[in-house]
Amino acid sequence: MAYSTKEQGHLKSELDNIKKDGIFKEERIICAPQDSEIEVIFPSGTEEKNVINMCSNNYLGLSSHPEIVEAARKGLDHRGYGMSSVRFICGTQDIHKELEDKLTKFLGTEDTILFPSCMDANAGVFEAFMNEEDVMIADRLVHASIVDGMRLAKAMTDTYKHSNMDHLEKKLILHEDKRLKLIVTDGAFSMDGDLAKLDKIVELAEKYNALVFVDDSHSSGFIGKTGRGTHEHFDVVGKIDIITTTLGKALGGASGGCVSGRKEIVEMCRQKARPYLFSNSIAPVIVAASNKVIDIVSSSTERRDKLEVNTKFWRKGLIDAGFIIKDGETPIVPVMLFNAKLSQDFAKDLYSEGIYAIGFFFPVVAKGQARIRTQLSAAHDMTHLEKALAAFIKVGKKYDILNKTKEEIIGKYGN
Amino acid sequence: MSGIKEVILDYIKEEYLEDEDMELDFSSPLITGGIVDSFSMVSLKRFLETKYKIQIPDAKATPDAFDSVDNILVLLKEFNVV
Ligand SMILES: Cc1ncc(COP(=O)(O)O)c(C=O)c1O
Repeated sequence: MAYSTKEQGHLKSELDNIKKDGIFKEERIICAPQDSEIEVIFPSGTEEKNVINMCSNNYLGLSSHPEIVEAARKGLDHRGYGMSSVRFICGTQDIHKELEDKLTKFLGTEDTILFPSCMDANAGVFEAFMNEEDVMIADRLVHASIVDGMRLAKAMTDTYKHSNMDHLEKKLILHEDKRLKLIVTDGAFSMDGDLAKLDKIVELAEKYNALVFVDDSHSSGFIGKTGRGTHEHFDVVGKIDIITTTLGKALGGASGGCVSGRKEIVEMCRQKARPYLFSNSIAPVIVAASNKVIDIVSSSTERRDKLEVNTKFWRKGLIDAGFIIKDGETPIVPVMLFNAKLSQDFAKDLYSEGIYAIGFFFPVVAKGQARIRTQLSAAHDMTHLEKALAAFIKVGKKYDILNKTKEEIIGKYGN
Repeated sequence: MSGIKEVILDYIKEEYLEDEDMELDFSSPLITGGIVDSFSMVSLKRFLETKYKIQIPDAKATPDAFDSVDNILVLLKEFNVV
């Protein structure tokens, strides 16, 4: 056995370093279906506690919705449990094709290919159709899965300052001679909750003959007046060449992702994207339930409208109470605390008050930008939000950060 | 003509700083200071390669080697640029 005390020592000291840096991640154990209220055990060994969930991506409240659970059950009865195959051998059922078609229609694109996750979609898509003659120009705050996907591709990588259109334009000029130029961005950025300026991005793409890639994982199902995503919000449906998104957040929350867009690009993914070719097909249960999800979000805006009302209430409530939040309109609402330790202490106190939210700090967000990220859901009722707001205010008073400027908070706690 | 250090510092300010007034000098930590991340470091590497007509192998383009203008100068010395 080669795993001797030496090897073990290396890894143990690396793990100790992670702990020393204060970035050691621990799981909280949920003893309930995903919902606005959940039973949680944390820290391990303590009593189960009922808390209001302010940190899930269950934006539309569909994760445990009875109609979705029922659709999953039917899928299980009619199409079985697993496929035991990748898509192109014997892993494609009629319901997989149905889901791809429904997503194409919902997103307003030409074609769609499913992946085991959006992480996989992002890992596979760039390599599948770009090569050394091409360049990918990404917003600096794109999701880690996009960074990984770009690293796997042979095309040249470049980046532009977050949402800085002048900088993007400079980069497009710098790379004018490339065969394909691809602008790469998230639709909604998951840490700040801001939207990419897709109208401006499309304008620049047209001016400089570039393609546009958008990861709409934090938008699909609820951004835009019928919830199609950021391209609907900015009125550029049909102008985004590649959309990747996940079924693991608003759209049911189980798992799965896709690449949707120009049909030749989707076809290249079917021929060459490695996570599609070499990883198992999405389970029939999930596919059947996802078909139901797309039916629900295509036929009614009721859930995204409720989410919008909740978001407005929450943003206004926090601002009126004197918190500093990141401006925006998405249900991702970061409450700024600037100091890393304060964000951890604040989250702990919220938890004692029955509110479950997470503090984020460097290196997940920039230095001096520590925050509690809250996320709204259509599963929240006003009573949940009122209770959560009262808890935020109570803890905010304890740390004396209400109605204080950024400088005052940093002055008190450091950054 | 300004020296190599100034040229590199100017590039870094223009390419990476959101806030133009932010203080940055030759010893400011770039990577560990959260100004340049490993993802966006590529443009700095390419700038140095194009400007000084060198090829920096990936093994040498470490976060440590790029962590300050001073460190970058040490790296460039290996390529006889300075
Ligand atoms: C922007 C973005 N893209 C992709 C993903 C990954 O999605 P999935 O969970 O389907 O792999 C996430 C999830 O964290 C995300 O936030």
